[in-house]
Amino acid sequence: MASPVTLSAQHLTRYHGSRCAVNDVSFTLRRGEVLGLLGHNGAGKSTTLQMLAGALSPSDGAIEICDINLAQRPDLAKSCLGYLPEQPPLYRDMRVDDYLYFAARLHRVAPASLADQLQRVKQRCGLLDHGRQLIGTLSKGYQQRVGIAQAIIHQPPVVILDEPTVGLDPAQLREIRDLIRALGNDGSVILSTHLLHEVEQVCDRAVILRDGKLIFDGSIDDLRQHRDIESGFLQLTTERGQEAVPQ
Amino acid sequence: MILILAHKELRSLFATPSTWWMLALLQFILAWFWLARLDDYLQVQAQLAQMANAPGATIAIAAPLANVLAVILLMLVPLFTMRLIAEERRNQTWLLLAAAPISPAHIVLGKFLGLLAMLSLIIAASGLMMLTLLLGTSADLGLIASNLLGAWLLAASYAALGLYFSAITHQPVVAAFAALAVSFGLWLVELGSGALRALSPNLHFQNLNVGLVSSVDLCYFALFITLFLLLAIHHLQREQEGR
Repeated sequence: MASPVTLSAQHLTRYHGSRCAVNDVSFTLRRGEVLGLLGHNGAGKSTTLQMLAGALSPSDGAIEICDINLAQRPDLAKSCLGYLPEQPPLYRDMRVDDYLYFAARLHRVAPASLADQLQRVKQRCGLLDHGRQLIGTLSKGYQQRVGIAQAIIHQPPVVILDEPTVGLDPAQLREIRDLIRALGNDGSVILSTHLLHEVEQVCDRAVILRDGKLIFDGSIDDLRQHRDIESGFLQLTTERGQEAVPQ
Repeated sequence: MILILAHKELRSLFATPSTWWMLALLQFILAWFWLARLDDYLQVQAQLAQMANAPGATIAIAAPLANVLAVILLMLVPLFTMRLIAEERRNQTWLLLAAAPISPAHIVLGKFLGLLAMLSLIIAASGLMMLTLLLGTSADLGLIASNLLGAWLLAASYAALGLYFSAITHQPVVAAFAALAVSFGLWLVELGSGALRALSPNLHFQNLNVGLVSSVDLCYFALFITLFLLLAIHHLQREQEGR
């Protein structure tokens, strides 16, 4: 039995000027799933995620979030998703509480439940002791947590995380991965990453992009079938390119 | 939703020390000018008393203050508007707004109103200064009101203009410079002659400055503000669609 589809992308295409950054990419995400978006730098991961988040309109193709068309009803569709961009969108001169409060109001959290949501999200992201601190004075790892907190404060069914674990130390890495896993149990998550073992640990499915095209969409077990996961990835991304891939 | 954004904008304006410095400096300059005018007026007061139809204290002191305020706003407002959108882009915080369930119109209007609230404070402060005339004489309250209205409309116009330039650039400095150049250009147009003068916000401000409140000027300001806000909204929409 399949759980309901929370996000579907059909034939997404996006041009940056004349350059095609994303070319005819289609995939779906179901409730309870964590989907890993893999690819080299410049493969179109961030562009794809920006389109899913409604920050960029696709040149062609359609996105549905919880069965709501993003282009036709952007406000309704966007309120069903939380988005953490590659660079966390933080106002450095704001306090953590004020910032999260603002993010919650932006995402139409009812004023009556604001305090509860703030408390809940701070607990989940390990920010309980940092509410009064200025965001600019936090370390990179904590800034990342604030970024994740802003993406989940309105309890969206779909969470989009663009490289959420960059710059974290090993202990923080584990906490954030556990958090992502937990988010995937409640709703559904898409995350982009370079780290293959992260995908293996956290994700149920993976989608691989190469030069803006979708070249793999399947479960982690499928990916593992290419001997181990890393060589599977390298094999897929260099299959036709023949170039040597570092790392 | 617009009010949430306006409130946030106002709060972050007052969270930065530079805003307080600018406001303090502005008050100092205005107060200096105010006292200088007052001093001049007191010196010629005896002669004025012998003239028939002599200018009153309000037109001799308060109206010139509004004039100075108009010139200062011309230079000051671009410094505030440059932050509104261009800086959000540079600091990568723009994506928070772009991915939130709000439209570009919400963003533009919210930011405009937030800044306008702050500028209103500046104008209210100079209004209080003008009202101190009541302590020594009977002031022309109508003239003061029309001057404050003029300054407020002028501030709103420069804010809308600056917001547009903030929306079309990624560099705050470029946004500030472009807004300053255009508003300065419009100011120069007023000094020249010909039909083009009607385009200058300053010309319309001059009418209010002498106490003439006409619907032509009010319509002009309303059109000016609406035009630039719509252009900003339009640009942001097109940008999201990728042209």
